[in-house]
Amino acid sequence: MISIDLIQRTAETLMNKAAIEIPQDYLDGLKEAANTEDGELSSFVLRAMLENYEAAKEDRRAMCGDTGVPRWFVKLGNGASVEGGMVALEAALRRATASATNSVPLRPNRVHPLWRTDHNNNVGIGAPEIEYAFEPEGDWIDLITVHKGGLFGTDYRMLFPSDGIQGIKRFYLDSLMAFGKRGLACQPAIIGIGLGGSKDICMTLGKRASVLRVVGSSNPDPRIAELEAEFKELGNSIGMGAMGFVGKNMVISCNIEVGYCHTGGMPMSVHAFCLSSRRAVARLWPDGRVEHRTDPDWFTPYQRRETVEWEPALEAAE
Amino acid sequence: MSTREIRLSTTPTPEALAELRLGDIVYLDGLMYTAREGVYIRALEDKANIPMELPSESAANFHCSPAARINSDGSFDMGAVTATASFRFAKWLPEWMEKTGAKLIIGKGGMSSKDYKSYFVPNGAIYLSTVGYGTGALLGRGVENVEAVHWNDELGLAQAMWVIRCNRMGPFIVASDLNGDCLFERENAKIAENIARAYEGTKPAVLKRYGETDDRSEEVI
Repeated sequence: MISIDLIQRTAETLMNKAAIEIPQDYLDGLKEAANTEDGELSSFVLRAMLENYEAAKEDRRAMCGDTGVPRWFVKLGNGASVEGGMVALEAALRRATASATNSVPLRPNRVHPLWRTDHNNNVGIGAPEIEYAFEPEGDWIDLITVHKGGLFGTDYRMLFPSDGIQGIKRFYLDSLMAFGKRGLACQPAIIGIGLGGSKDICMTLGKRASVLRVVGSSNPDPRIAELEAEFKELGNSIGMGAMGFVGKNMVISCNIEVGYCHTGGMPMSVHAFCLSSRRAVARLWPDGRVEHRTDPDWFTPYQRRETVEWEPALEAAE
Repeated sequence: MSTREIRLSTTPTPEALAELRLGDIVYLDGLMYTAREGVYIRALEDKANIPMELPSESAANFHCSPAARINSDGSFDMGAVTATASFRFAKWLPEWMEKTGAKLIIGKGGMSSKDYKSYFVPNGAIYLSTVGYGTGALLGRGVENVEAVHWNDELGLAQAMWVIRCNRMGPFIVASDLNGDCLFERENAKIAENIARAYEGTKPAVLKRYGETDDRSEEVI
């Protein structure tokens, strides 16, 4: 049984780390971008960002004043159990979110959509979002927090099989053009593309592709992996860089995730995880061990399974 | 063009503003205040009295909600500071400038040259963009002191009017000048030449959407 106290304490630490420490994979990607950037203003922006990450870590202050809308992804090994059950876990994550909002401090971004009520703690109706997934083995739980900005860079469109790859490409470019100008998307970003699913799942797939996959990862389907590489290249060939200034770095990584959809459609979503690509992860065990990391390792073969039964041996042989 | 670095007061003289060129990097000294939709609505629509002497105390309006807290003893802790996108505030800015004499509008992404020419230039004001976005920790280092927080009870921490003493706070980029020229539109125009090549081979989606344009040199703001 995993102690609820350990869950809450770890969750608070994760909120702090996510807000302050840029993940190494994104940092490496941005350094590479900074080395290749020759647009004068874009280049200035990237160098300022690199300096900013250092300042945040040195001072232990949030890297961006817009600390996003904090949310949680929880993954449980099939054998995991939590002291007090899942309701206790949800309460612990809500408490950690509220308490870290004050202690880091984070910006209390969450308000009621109509009455603009602000509890000053990033907690409210449906906030923070908590999503779950399971793995067939293990007695651990993974806590993942993501602090993603929420206003620009995201779009959805129902495409159809006749739109084809060229249609996907066009909507991808449209999203970069629309939100890249003036740097509304805070690029260079990790672009997540969701293809398929029903409308809500299409959005979820794209969101997860941007926030739960690290820079340098690729989709296990080799043809999708090729598209990812091609799309990264395409995005960086527009001639737009940071803040919409002339430049050649718009996309640090393009991650595509797919789900089965209606036979008549090909829904697509695009998400941009920004210059402050904030995520932090910890695995908790019943014996009290906690291991921190920055790779959510969300998209396991089990999460991407397509058969009725889960047959790991069969998958491995393929 | 090479990048110039300039120290500027938050109550700048017209001469100092006239010196600024698009793309200059600016660091600010003096008092600035945050004001965004909450403050604009309260001051302009609900006609509440603005709790500062403007522009004598400050002519710098920051479109910002800080990552900050008010401690139980009434003191403040301000961590990171970054801007929010300014184009959404065009509705209130002309009246706000007239009322407060703001000369520096500081935010994310700038306004259109139409905004600059119609009410920035007549008011002798310019736009400074934050960098990134956003360099929250660097800007946070430029906060020498939080002098006051107004309207926290009415508006909440994120929309309250924070009064900040800046000491070489930056970097900011000059995004409009006293002519009303717009840095972002200048960059858009340069990028526009290449757009058709990037789109080569693609075709419009079979299902259209209302209000859609195929002119990618246009903006959506």
